[in-house]
Amino acid sequence: MSAITRGEVAHLARLARLDLEESELDHYAEQLDVILQAVARVSEVAADDIPPTSHPLPLVNVMRPDEARPGLTREEALAAAPAVEDERFRVPRILDGDDE
Amino acid sequence: MSSDIERDLIHQSAATLAQAIAEGETSSREVTQAHLDRIAAVDDRVHAFLHVDAEGALAAADSVDARRAAGEELGPLAGVPLALKDVLAMRGIPTTCGSRILEGWRPPYDSTVVERLRAADVIILGKTNMDEFAMGSSTEHSAYGPTHNPWDLERIPGGSGGGSAAAVAAFEAPLAIGTDTGGSIRQPAAVTGTVGVKPTYGGVSRYGLVALASSLDQAGPCARTVMDAALLHAAIAGHDPRDSTSIPDTVPDVVAAAAQADVRGMRIGLVRELSGEGYQPGVEQRFREAVGILENLGAEVVEVSCPSFDYALGAYYLILPSECSSNLARFDGMRYGLRAGDDGDRSVEQVMSITREAGFGAEVKRRIMLGTYALSSGYYDAYYGQAQKVRTLIRRDFDSAFAQCDVLISPTAPTTAFRLGEKVDDPLAMYLNDVATIPVNLAGNCAMSLPVGLAPEDSLPVGLQIMAPAMADDRLYRVGSAVEAALQDRWGHLLIEEAPSL
Repeated sequence: MSAITRGEVAHLARLARLDLEESELDHYAEQLDVILQAVARVSEVAADDIPPTSHPLPLVNVMRPDEARPGLTREEALAAAPAVEDERFRVPRILDGDDE
Repeated sequence: MSSDIERDLIHQSAATLAQAIAEGETSSREVTQAHLDRIAAVDDRVHAFLHVDAEGALAAADSVDARRAAGEELGPLAGVPLALKDVLAMRGIPTTCGSRILEGWRPPYDSTVVERLRAADVIILGKTNMDEFAMGSSTEHSAYGPTHNPWDLERIPGGSGGGSAAAVAAFEAPLAIGTDTGGSIRQPAAVTGTVGVKPTYGGVSRYGLVALASSLDQAGPCARTVMDAALLHAAIAGHDPRDSTSIPDTVPDVVAAAAQADVRGMRIGLVRELSGEGYQPGVEQRFREAVGILENLGAEVVEVSCPSFDYALGAYYLILPSECSSNLARFDGMRYGLRAGDDGDRSVEQVMSITREAGFGAEVKRRIMLGTYALSSGYYDAYYGQAQKVRTLIRRDFDSAFAQCDVLISPTAPTTAFRLGEKVDDPLAMYLNDVATIPVNLAGNCAMSLPVGLAPEDSLPVGLQIMAPAMADDRLYRVGSAVEAALQDRWGHLLIEEAPSL
């Protein structure tokens, strides 16, 4: 049984903001299926009483003094922007046509 | 010594070069120029570099020479050239992470690693090739074409840090910086006959290191000798308040440990699960010989079992994609990097999706979708949640093994360098290259790979992996330099000197 369908891959691509082509959907569905079947081995471990590890270090609430320090200038921050207008990042419209 | 150095600057160790510069036998400019010349001569075939900053490197070299002439005391690597993996931000120098989505991006700041290299007066020659965002074991997933293994140009140099390892192996630089999320320093070291160390997680600052999987990523040294790796390790390690996961404790004295080179009385554990099926005969043969060397040197070698390691690959390929799908969400085409499809009509969501489709390569898209899947409701507990539990079990396996042993050993990679193209569209086959290196990343402790010979069947380098507990990085160097010295005695030279001259 396959772990993942073509439709699910299309859904994942939408969630991940990847405008996949039709041909890619088939290819990834096949490959992700193989990978998922392999990694699903982790479920063989009976681990009801095992606490999860999200991070290798037991550090918590690391603080440093709240001191002002120089950040980027406006020119530096905008230097790599794909589009700039009036000394600001210019972005595409954020609302769908229907909402306007 | 003096005439040797003049004749052959590129074949010297970093330690030798630094000393020769300090004693005025040569200058940092001469050393830097020799390496730039070497890059110009061989890098069209090796393709270790994505960007060479000749002007910046020579200016930095001149500064070292001027300050030396003025009588200033400089550090132990002052004036020595280095190749920097293209995943570390360096102010004003292109930083692509091997991806089209960052093509032409010039960071407005230095990573902490770069700051420390500059403070140590190390000369940064340029940026090295890598699998896109460090996802891969061959550098074939670089958007700018693969790097070629200097031992055989038709073969992979390992990955993701294949550029850094190949630069060192091809004598384009005596030192390089790599990053290791699942083996990306150690596996390239193994297949190129060089030395690579993944320090303890939190040992080297991640500030300015473009994140793949934040709980696994760690920068570290690549070199041709254990002592050179130690000198570089000491230069870049230590607490950084700008990285909240940076360890505040004092860094172990790795340079003293490399000089000690003594394993007498040490207990060394051979990990049963990291051998057998899938391991190439020549890899196992050279590994067994290394075990014999350690015993001859006075170490006690015992077999240990780490049963949960069998599940490490599965846990890793759930945890890494999960973290990467989240980390790479920042590449949205709004503030920096590529933007595609912005025709004035499309919405920001459409532009983002078109940009990411155009800017990311196949492996990055695969892992982003895998991570998105593993984190989605309904699958979270079965995949990501379960993987986190396996991570706990792996830590426990290490804990009990290190209760009996000072260090653990295994082959670094199950095979020698495979042919370019052989596994590029077979993700699972590619992932299996990391089977022996991944457990250390999941547990956060440290490990080294060093060359222990050529596999008889293909005459390609084999790596020995040494693993030590967290913040016991010095043990890697103590054991590694002892093995290196014994092999050098046997062969009369370092393994890398057997590499083709290109």
